Amino acid sequence: MNKIDTCGMACPQPVLMTKKSLEENPEGVDIIVDNNTAKENIKRFLESAGYTVSITEKEDTSIIEARK
Amino acid sequence: MDGKKGIVFAGGLIGIIAVLLVFFGNPPNMGFCIACFLRDTAGAVGLHRAEAVQYIRPEIIGLVLGAFFISHKNKEFESRGGSAPFTRFMLGMVVMIGALIFLGCPLRMVLRLGGGDLNAIFGMIGFVLGIFVGVQFLNRGFNLKRNYKMHGIEGYIFPAVNVGLLVLLLTAPAFVFFSEKGPGSLTAPVIISLIAGLIVGALAQKTRLCMVGGTRDMILFKDNYLLIGFVSIIVFSFITNLIFGYFNLGFNNQPIAHTDGLWNFLGMALVGWGSVLLGGCPLRQLILSGEGNTDSVVSIMGMLVGAGISHNFGLASSTAGATSNGKIAVIICFIFLGIISYFNSDNLPKTTTE
Repeated sequence: MNKIDTCGMACPQPVLMTKKSLEENPEGVDIIVDNNTAKENIKRFLESAGYTVSITEKEDTSIIEARK
Repeated sequence: MDGKKGIVFAGGLIGIIAVLLVFFGNPPNMGFCIACFLRDTAGAVGLHRAEAVQYIRPEIIGLVLGAFFISHKNKEFESRGGSAPFTRFMLGMVVMIGALIFLGCPLRMVLRLGGGDLNAIFGMIGFVLGIFVGVQFLNRGFNLKRNYKMHGIEGYIFPAVNVGLLVLLLTAPAFVFFSEKGPGSLTAPVIISLIAGLIVGALAQKTRLCMVGGTRDMILFKDNYLLIGFVSIIVFSFITNLIFGYFNLGFNNQPIAHTDGLWNFLGMALVGWGSVLLGGCPLRQLILSGEGNTDSVVSIMGMLVGAGISHNFGLASSTAGATSNGKIAVIICFIFLGIISYFNSDNLPKTTTE
């Protein structure tokens, strides 16, 4: 499973990075995000692309797991 | 209220509030205009001496503080910065120069459409094309590198500056300029403008509303969330304009607008392209500035200086149309955007040995 770190990246980079990762490996991806906007945008993108999304909240970041 | 209903509601309310601001005294089709209002504020503090456009717009202060309060409440306020500050400053200048060629930021563009100003259609076509060009670079790896967490105080400075601006507005010391005629003299009462800004700032923060993001996300991801907000503003401002009898369909004699289609098109193409590189439209930059994002503050500073230069150098259009200086500036700005886009795109071939 690919892992990507989107911390510090401004919109729309986190979603672009997610999209690119899924083009390389469509099975799924684990994404580290550090702000709510990126989290919402990635979640919306993944759901519309047909992935199951689960989010684990950490102190400063969240980890989004997307699976086919 | 989340998701699409939320953004329809926010866009609708913004469209309605914008027309109400005109009713209470703001310039026609200019309930909100981030570019114009930053320009007025730049004039008030003497960054330019165009006497018709000088006023510390309380809407700007309200937008920043509205975003500040709601982001605090939702624990989304965070001091961040350090992502290509000077590039952002210059991009802010370009966006302002383009907006003052057209005579409006993307938000005023949709409000002009909602008021029946068909010149805005040329602006809209340029805007979409500019976004499309910017997206091509995003797809080739354009980015301005990451931002970093700053010390807490960093993010509080800009909201505090806005409180300072409010004090200047209320005390009106002699060194602050206030227009006696022209668009800068057309103002809703301070308290109404301030409250309108606070409400819209909070709504825009909550929904992430962005005029550029709508078209960008549609092209990039087929995601229509932000575009729905964009359309909602047009529809609700149109309806409210009809109710108040402000709706006036046509090209000629539109308020604070010119009929020079080509330069309306090119001005907004600059705004669209530049805003994609910045990651959001002027409204969004202002909202992020209130959330502690000092990269956006730097972009806003670029817009303020850009407004000063636009009027000092005679780049800004008048109702008669674009100026020769303005046209030259547009060409320079396009070259600049091309260079910035190319050299910040990771996947385009370079000869440097990085």
